[in-house]
Amino acid sequence: MFRDPVNWRDINRLRRDMDRLFESSLPRWSRSRSPKFPAINVWTSDEEGIYVTAELPGVSPDDLDISVTADTLVLNGTRKTDETDESTRYHRRERMYGEFSRSFQLPFTVNSEKVDARIQHGVLQIFLPRAESEKPKQITVQTNS
Amino acid sequence: MSNEIDTQKQEVEDTHGAERTRATRVYVPKVDIYSNSEGIVIIADMPGVDEKELEITLEKDVLTLNGYVSSSLMAPEGYELVHGEYGVGDFHRSFTLPDEIDRDQIAASLNNGVLKLSLPKAPEAQVRKITVQTTG
Repeated sequence: MFRDPVNWRDINRLRRDMDRLFESSLPRWSRSRSPKFPAINVWTSDEEGIYVTAELPGVSPDDLDISVTADTLVLNGTRKTDETDESTRYHRRERMYGEFSRSFQLPFTVNSEKVDARIQHGVLQIFLPRAESEKPKQITVQTNS
Repeated sequence: MSNEIDTQKQEVEDTHGAERTRATRVYVPKVDIYSNSEGIVIIADMPGVDEKELEITLEKDVLTLNGYVSSSLMAPEGYELVHGEYGVGDFHRSFTLPDEIDRDQIAASLNNGVLKLSLPKAPEAQVRKITVQTTG
């Protein structure tokens, strides 16, 4: 009577496969739920270096302080609020205001002298070139002949 | 910084049956909306959107924002994403305007990825008193 038509082991395996499929195809942001501001993306190229990007709409370069040591990037800044008067009544407030600070460990040592940062349409792009000494080197294997 | 504000980007769930022709994600821009003695102000975060790539349309009472992110700001070419906290894509959001807004006086400005829309009240949008006639 109570014959279970479902093979749970198969179902579980299928679910694990699906999870793996989604995790590998989706970038990591879909899984992180951190309230950190600003959210950052880190891009690398073994030969050239690192790009760190962040969305900072409305933040002017004057309100942004970026410092880099060999392998750490620190981002400090302020996002100012819109000027309002006493007749102002907010209906929605979804945008973040105030001071923010984030620091990240970089995946490899960078040449902090040659860091380039720019903000375009509210998108911050920081380029950190990989330190020369850190670049991967091709090693030739010698043969004794 | 208030912890109550969700800084995560939110994807648009419904495109109202219309299929998209661009293969990018679409996000709901975060907005602040306030009213003052002059009217209503909408401030929307649309990072990566150029003024040429911003469409603001008003159809009947519905004001729609569409912002298209330039591909140069989406991903550095030849680089691999190793840590991702936010998605990049276009922006879409609609608002229903109250009757008191003067449709012809809506002004928009875009600075550093922030759109500011000023929606002034129409001068005639004053409270009109309607006298109820009694027949008796």
